[in-house]
Amino acid sequence: MRIAVDAERCIGAGMCALTAPEVFDQDADDGHVLLLRAEPPTAARAAARMAAGVCPSGAITLSEPEPGSS
Amino acid sequence: MGESPHAVATLPTARQPGCPFDPPAELTDARRHGPISRYTFPGGKPGWLITGFDLVRSVLADPRFSSRKELMRHHPTIDYGDIEVPPAPPGEFLLMDEPLHSRYRKPLMGKFTVRRMRLLTERVEQITAGHLDAMEKAGPPADLVTAFAKPIPAIMICELLGVPYEDRGSFQEQVEMFMNGETSDEDLIAAYTATQDYLAELVAAKRANPTDDVLSDLTDTDLTDEELKGIALILLAAGLDTTANMLALGTFALLRNPEQPAALRADPALADAAVEELLRYLSVAKTFMRTALEDAEVGGQIIEAGSPVILSFNTANRDPERFADPHVLDLRRQNGGHLAFGHGVHQCLGQQLARVEMRVAFPALFGRFPTLRLAVPPEAVALRPETADVHGVKSLPVTWDA
Repeated sequence: MRIAVDAERCIGAGMCALTAPEVFDQDADDGHVLLLRAEPPTAARAAARMAAGVCPSGAITLSEPEPGSS
Repeated sequence: MGESPHAVATLPTARQPGCPFDPPAELTDARRHGPISRYTFPGGKPGWLITGFDLVRSVLADPRFSSRKELMRHHPTIDYGDIEVPPAPPGEFLLMDEPLHSRYRKPLMGKFTVRRMRLLTERVEQITAGHLDAMEKAGPPADLVTAFAKPIPAIMICELLGVPYEDRGSFQEQVEMFMNGETSDEDLIAAYTATQDYLAELVAAKRANPTDDVLSDLTDTDLTDEELKGIALILLAAGLDTTANMLALGTFALLRNPEQPAALRADPALADAAVEELLRYLSVAKTFMRTALEDAEVGGQIIEAGSPVILSFNTANRDPERFADPHVLDLRRQNGGHLAFGHGVHQCLGQQLARVEMRVAFPALFGRFPTLRLAVPPEAVALRPETADVHGVKSLPVTWDA
């Protein structure tokens, strides 16, 4: 799994940092998404996928989805 | 194109007796017919009512649906005639689209991050403990709204923004007047004017003597005093009314489902999930409106340009296609994303503050008073009318074994 974030689209709701804190954080000054791990370890992937799904502004994209994953 | 849609004739004015936590029966019934219904606004304007989770979420994320105040010329339940609505005042970014919305939201984003809000946990714990001490000292019974639910979020948002402690009381009364859904238009205007005047003074004071708070920080940007006043109004109204109603109505819901607070007491690790479930189950910010900027297909129907659209968050959060047993309050539920804070670019800016407040307050309340119970029959608890933007109880008489 590879993750990309678009800080321009980000609205700083913090859902990613709340849902997958190993993968996402927020910039301390402007609140924008910070991607900590573009290729998260297996254990963090489910949370990362969830974070992408709940992002209110569509600022997180996942690529190379694993076969059979949703 | 799909079949002709279900039509809803009137919007509810009250909850079903005995069901203070459930969406009004008319809305649940509409959702049962399908996620999108026709609704004719008073005065005859044809519009739409969206009640299903997926469609509410997709419209919230769709820039073809506008939040601009000047386009909202049709009230869902009152016929004001063919009126002109002015654009939102500067800074009131809830009722704006991009790019203006971002001008106001961007400078605030860094102030409400997960990390920054969690740093306030200890302060929330102190304030909560102080109010529980006062309740304990005064002894039962108590009105949970005034003793607990209102002051905790009020103190937090006022400290964060920089509203002096001594100004809090009168300010909160005014905000209550424009949120309770029962204030006459005349009193509404008076309360709004008084609040505006107060905030204008506050902004001027912060600019003259900046202190360590959000409003003072914002005087360091290119935002004008007029804009700062609007921003302060939005933040204070949101911070004062929403979490207060979640705390009071949430306590009511927990008392009506006593096995749930018992589970929370037995397993404090449930607190995060409990907060999300209460948010989903209660959906106190229950409906929002949008206006279609162009013809848009939604759920097999064409929403014509200019149509007003009502989005029902509370039925979306009770959608059986999204949540198993949606009408059951289950603090152990992993609900995987609800719409209580909205979705799209307007999703609640203060949600991480609300989470911290609730995560501290609910366990502390039920931990301090294990025998907490209603002091009146449940049907005697007075609810806000459906005309209020935020659902809640007017007061919550509670008692406990001292």
